[in-house]
Amino acid sequence: MAAHAPYRITLGYRTWTFVDLKDLMAKATPPRSGDRLAGIAALSAEENVAAKLCLADLPLKTFLSEALVPYEEDEVTRLILDRHDAAAFARVSHLTVGGFRDYLLSDQATSDGLAALAPGLTPEMVAAVSKIMRNQDLILAARKCVVVTRFRNTIGLPGTLAVRLQPNHPADDPGGVAASILDGLLYGCGDAVIGLNPVSDSLATLTDLARLIDGVIQRFAIPTQACILTHITTSIEMMNRGAPLDLVFQSVAGTQAANEGFGVTLALLREGMEAAQALKRGTVGDNVMYFETGQGSALSAGAHHGVDQQTLEARAYAVAREFRPLLVNTVVGFIGPEYLYDGKQIIRAGLEDHFCGKLLGLPLGCDVCYTNHAEADQDDMDTLLTLLATAGVTYVMGVPGADDVMLNYQSTSFHDALYIRRLLGLKRAPEFEVWLEAMGIAGADGRPLPQSPTQPLLQGWR
Amino acid sequence: MTDEPRKAGVTPDAWVHLSRATPARIALGRAGDSLPTVEVLRFALAHAQARDAVHTRFDAGALAARLGGLGLVPVLVHSAAPDRATYLARPDLGRQLAPASQQALAALPASDPDLALVVADGLSATAVHRQALPLLTAFLPWVRQAGWRLGPVAVASQARVALGDRVGQALGARAVAVLIGERPGLSAPDSLGVYLTLNPRPGRLDAERNCLSNIREGGLAHDLAAFKLAWLLREALRRQMTGVALKDESDLLLVDGRAPALPAAPMTERQET
Repeated sequence: MAAHAPYRITLGYRTWTFVDLKDLMAKATPPRSGDRLAGIAALSAEENVAAKLCLADLPLKTFLSEALVPYEEDEVTRLILDRHDAAAFARVSHLTVGGFRDYLLSDQATSDGLAALAPGLTPEMVAAVSKIMRNQDLILAARKCVVVTRFRNTIGLPGTLAVRLQPNHPADDPGGVAASILDGLLYGCGDAVIGLNPVSDSLATLTDLARLIDGVIQRFAIPTQACILTHITTSIEMMNRGAPLDLVFQSVAGTQAANEGFGVTLALLREGMEAAQALKRGTVGDNVMYFETGQGSALSAGAHHGVDQQTLEARAYAVAREFRPLLVNTVVGFIGPEYLYDGKQIIRAGLEDHFCGKLLGLPLGCDVCYTNHAEADQDDMDTLLTLLATAGVTYVMGVPGADDVMLNYQSTSFHDALYIRRLLGLKRAPEFEVWLEAMGIAGADGRPLPQSPTQPLLQGWR
Repeated sequence: MTDEPRKAGVTPDAWVHLSRATPARIALGRAGDSLPTVEVLRFALAHAQARDAVHTRFDAGALAARLGGLGLVPVLVHSAAPDRATYLARPDLGRQLAPASQQALAALPASDPDLALVVADGLSATAVHRQALPLLTAFLPWVRQAGWRLGPVAVASQARVALGDRVGQALGARAVAVLIGERPGLSAPDSLGVYLTLNPRPGRLDAERNCLSNIREGGLAHDLAAFKLAWLLREALRRQMTGVALKDESDLLLVDGRAPALPAAPMTERQET
C-alpha cells in the first residue's frame, strides 16, 4: 500500500481513490451528520469501508510527515509535532494503523505501557485507529488506560468514577445554586468538581458565586474543588482581584482558528494555568485546568480545514494535555443533530472521544447528553453512561433530575451516578468517600443513607 | 391509585422545602438508588412535549389567514430544506429560500418598507402558533404610532433566523424582524424569539442582530416584548445599527416593570383580534 497521496484501494472491479490523508480520514470515519454537513463524508457505505481498509494499511508514522492542518498556519499542529516524543513512539513506529489496533487489544499493551506510549502518539494516529475500531474495541482499550490527577482529591484511580456537581440556575440565584449543591452532596456527588455554568459574565456576580461555592467547601471541609465555567480571561481577572478560584475553565478546539473563535490561544491558556497554580490552593496536587470539548465545534466556527470532526476533537485533546488538566470532558450531545444526529451517533462519538482522550493520557470524562431536537432520549443516555462506565470513564455530570434548567439540555443525574455505582461497584475519589461516610451521608459500602433534619449539611443550610 | 401503594419503597428527601429555591429538579426522593416512578414519568412527559414541539407541523396557511385579519399582507415562503429531517441536519438549507419562494418575493411590487416581518417555525411551531399573533397584536399599535411602513409578512416554513436576511433583501426593507420558535427546553416547549437586523442581506453575522428571547406565558410577556421590539427598531433606524453595539436600554422606560401605555393613537383600531 502506497503511503502517499492519492490513496487507492481496489475492491473487486472498483478502485476507490482518496485525494489526500484528510480525505481518507474523513471517508473512513463512521457516519455522522456533521461530516455530511461539511461535505466531506463517504458517499456510500462501501466507500466508507474501502477507506477503512485503506487506512488500516497506512503506516502510523505517515502522520508525522503529513499534517492534516498545515504546520505553518496552525499553532495546534505545531504543538502536536514539536512536542512529539520519538523515543516513546519507537515501540509502535513500525506498525500500520491496523497493526496498532491489534497491538492495543493484545496483552502486550498494558496499563503502564500505554501510559509510557502516550507522549509518542499524536491525536491523528489515535483518531485514525479509532475509525477502524468497533465500540467494544474502544471500550476495552480505553479501560486499560489509567490516568490519575490531583487537586484536593485523587481522581482516576482504577475502580473509581467521579461526578461533577453542576448546580446551574437560570438567574444565577445564590439560594437556588446552593439548594442544588446540597441536593448533589446528599446524593454523594461532587468529587470531580462543583462546577457552575453562570448566566452572567459580570465580575461581581461571578465573584459572589465563587465565594458561595468556596464557602461551602471550606465550611464543611469537603475534599473537592470549585470551578466557575466562564471565559479564561474572566477567570484571570477574577484571580487578579483576589477571588477564590480553584480550577480555571476553558472550552478548547482542535485548530488555531477554532480556538480563536473561542477567544483563546495557547499562550493565554498557559497564562491562566500559571495564575491558578500560583494561588497554591490544591492540597494533594496542582492540576488546575478544566477543559471542555466536543465534536463539531471547529466546523461550527468555520475553522475545520476540511478535516473530519472526530479527528479535530482528538486534536483538541493535544491542546488540553499541554496544560496537565485535572479534568477534561467532551460535551458529546450538546451541539445538536446537525453534528451528531441521533442516539447512535452520540453513543459512538462518546466512546471515540473517551478512547482518544485516554490514549493520549488525559483524565477524560463525558457529559452524556442530548438536546430536544436530536433523535435521542433517556434510554440512549442510559446506554452511553453504562458503556462509558465499563470503559472506565473518569467522571460524568451530575445535574438535578438530569434536566439543566439553565442550559436547556438533558445530561446525567445524581440518581444516574448512584445507579452506575451500584451496578458496577464503582467508588468515588477516596478522600471524598471518607468525607461522605464521616458526614453520615453514605455508609461504608458507599450507598446513600436516609437523612433526617439533623444532618449537619441541612443544619448548616438554614 | 392511592398514595400508599404509589409511595411504597420510596425514600423521601429531608430537604423538600429547598425545592422552592430553584426550578431545578431537586429533592426527588429515590426508589432504592433510582428515581421514583412519578419522577420518571413526569420527566418523560416534559420531554415528549418538547419533542412534539420540534416536530409539530407548522400550520402556515391558518397563521397567514389570521395575520390577514390583523390587516397585514401575508406571503407564504419555504426554505430550501424540504422537510423536518433535512432541516435538522442541514442548517445551511434552512437559511436559504426555495427557488419558488425567491421568485414569489421578487414578483411582489416594490415597497421598500421600514420593516419586513418574518414569522418562522424555527425549532418550535408550537411556539409560533401560540405566541406570534398575540405578540404582533401588541406590536402593531407601536408601528402605527411611529408611522413605520410595513412590508408583506413572510410566513416561513423550515426556516432559520438568517432566512430573514434573504426575505428582507428581496423586499428592500430597512430592517427585518424574524419571529421564530426557539429550541424547546423541558420547562418551556413554546418559547418564541425575535431577531432584529438592520439592512438585511445574506452574510449578516449573529453579532449584527438584536434578540428578544423567552417570549411565552411565564416568560417575557407579549406587551413587554412588543414594547422592547419597538424601542429596538426606533433606535436601530435612528442610530443605523443593530447587534452588539446596540444595547437594549428599554428597561429605563418601564413603569413598575411594565411597558408604558401608548399615547392615544390617531389611527383606526385594528379590525379584529
